[in-house]
Amino acid sequence: MAKPKLKRHLINRDWCKGCGICVELCPKHVLELDEQDKVSVVRPQDCICCRLCELRCPDFAIEVETEE
Amino acid sequence: MSKTVKFVQGNEACVEGALYAGLNFYAGYPITPSTEIAELLSLKLPQRGGKFIQMEDEIASLCAIIGASLTGCKVMTATSGPGFSLMQEALGYAIMAEIPCVIVDVQRGGPSTGIPTHVSQGDVNQARWGTHGDHSIITLTASNHQDVFAITVEAFNLSETYRTPVILLFDEVVAHMREKLILPEPGELHTVERLKTSVKEGVDYHPYLPREDGRLPMSDFGGVHRYNVTGLVHDMWGFPSTEPRVVHGLLRHLVDKIENRAHELARYKEFHLEDADIVLISYGSSARSARHIVEERRSRGERLGLLELQTLWPFPADIVRTRCSRARAVVVVEMNMGQLLPSVKLAVERPDRVFLANRIDGVFITPADIHNILRIIQGRGV
Amino acid sequence: MAVKDYLRERFFPHLWCPGCGHGEVLGGMIRAIERLGLKKNDIVMVSGIGCSSRIVGYVDFHTMHTIHGRALAFATGVKLARPELTLIVPMGDGDALAIGGNHFIHAARRNIDITAIVMNNRIYGMTGGQFSPLSGINVSATTAPYKTIDKSFDIVELARAAGATFVARSTTYHAQHLSEVIEKAIRHRGFSVVEVLTQCPTYFGRKNRIGDAPEMVKWLKDHTTPVGSKAKQENPELIERGIFVDVEAPEYCEEYSRLVERAMGGSR
Repeated sequence: MAKPKLKRHLINRDWCKGCGICVELCPKHVLELDEQDKVSVVRPQDCICCRLCELRCPDFAIEVETEE
Repeated sequence: MSKTVKFVQGNEACVEGALYAGLNFYAGYPITPSTEIAELLSLKLPQRGGKFIQMEDEIASLCAIIGASLTGCKVMTATSGPGFSLMQEALGYAIMAEIPCVIVDVQRGGPSTGIPTHVSQGDVNQARWGTHGDHSIITLTASNHQDVFAITVEAFNLSETYRTPVILLFDEVVAHMREKLILPEPGELHTVERLKTSVKEGVDYHPYLPREDGRLPMSDFGGVHRYNVTGLVHDMWGFPSTEPRVVHGLLRHLVDKIENRAHELARYKEFHLEDADIVLISYGSSARSARHIVEERRSRGERLGLLELQTLWPFPADIVRTRCSRARAVVVVEMNMGQLLPSVKLAVERPDRVFLANRIDGVFITPADIHNILRIIQGRGV
Repeated sequence: MAVKDYLRERFFPHLWCPGCGHGEVLGGMIRAIERLGLKKNDIVMVSGIGCSSRIVGYVDFHTMHTIHGRALAFATGVKLARPELTLIVPMGDGDALAIGGNHFIHAARRNIDITAIVMNNRIYGMTGGQFSPLSGINVSATTAPYKTIDKSFDIVELARAAGATFVARSTTYHAQHLSEVIEKAIRHRGFSVVEVLTQCPTYFGRKNRIGDAPEMVKWLKDHTTPVGSKAKQENPELIERGIFVDVEAPEYCEEYSRLVERAMGGSR
């Protein structure tokens, strides 16, 4: 099976509480918190679609969409 | 057709009444003098496809029946003073979440461990105020086995009608004595079934939105409507709210739905009240002795009467006031230090003419006890 | 169905603090339920009181938010009345094992088909950070200003000894594993216990200077190891995670059905 390719990260800024878990624990350092303490994608090209950000987010605020 | 006649303990009369009303789930914990109820139901419920479970304590027992009630079962548990004390928190939950259930408290000597095998009527006020917060509660009792059966059926009926826990406050004497019980035929006594919502699947169901007639239709857990049940103050969808309007509305509803119907909820029996000079007010096994003394004095021409209460809460103040309006004296007969007494005093026109004939030493109050107290009240010494 | 279809989305963002692990447990639970293909009308979730117990408000099932420590007692009534329903009981560590300890022991003893998920953040969060029986020794909390002097106990061992037939432990670092063990726990017919080591950054983390939420989650990675691993032999201080008990045994409701058959057939 081919490796999943990132389409985009779906981020719900209303639900994101800026806890930093996804940022700190992303294996490829794809994410950072912006000036409003919300998650933002700074290195999408490095994303390996492991979905750990999505699984570990306590707030359902980030989803990884892959190309079908 | 001849009816089935049994010679049973009061506990068994309660069991028979509960089964007649449709009890199909019981969870309980043994405690004197209520244990026979659990033992009988452990035998009889499975025979009818019902469910019985002995839980690890009284708290778990009441919690379990509340859970089962939400799935649509008619539920009951039975205990005595110490167990009833343990149940108070869960009782408040059933009141707040408006979940039908019947709780039997067979009173024994208290407080604390008290005298497990001796009678008292010491839990009357606890039944009313045992759980915290502003609330109302329906509490019923009876003095003889035929009435124990009927009032047990009534407890289930009121529980379903008003979506509330109902307390059956019996006592050790009625529970353990043996007496004749004539089993009513199916259909002879009125039974009330769970009012289920007519809201269709896919349409929003509000578990706490009253119908026009004030009743609150329920939906079984496991059915087509998914909703939340909580002990927090909640809105009509069952979700927590601290909005003052919602809080006020809910608390008023919980109390008013019962207190405003005190008259309809009043169950009682009258003996020789039409021209009574002295009215005795009593309930439970005390009423048996009270009735005896009334009949005895009547046979000698004295105008005594008895108002036997079967509804203790909400207190039937109207009934008490009207039945005592022409009495020179009112004597409350109970086996405690005067727990129903203050409610009687508040209800009558002449509270200074209300007296207490009681016994608190673990010995059943006898007609002779009441006789002596009556003589003292009447200024005639013993 | 998408994961969000199982949620009562209108209540989001939820009430838990930034970085609280409970939201992740919620996610793990929902994903497990989705993979199991369970129908919403067949699921009853019963909780007690505490931050953990608020989880039931966020899921679109039949939900009961009950009283502190008693969720398993309520759930026992629901399950025995309707054995075909799936009962999931999320509880906090104090909720399940302090005030609720007795009910925990007996639900396990009965091996009744209920899945208990103990969200162990080693603190009473809702009331502002008091220590719990799972806090462990030498921990600071609002009711332990001189630090705790009593040890915690091992929930897994307690569950095993009491008779639970599926017992597992995971953490909020191990998100995929968490969801997998919850799935297995729900599928297991009997009393299942999943202990989830999770973080309370607001109280436990701050009071004990462990760090923020990401650091607390990393702590869970560094201080746990799979069951029976070599690392555990070398460092006994590590906490094992994985499945500890997974056995078949008579389940309470099934046994009770047999009892009813006997009773209705006239025998004892």
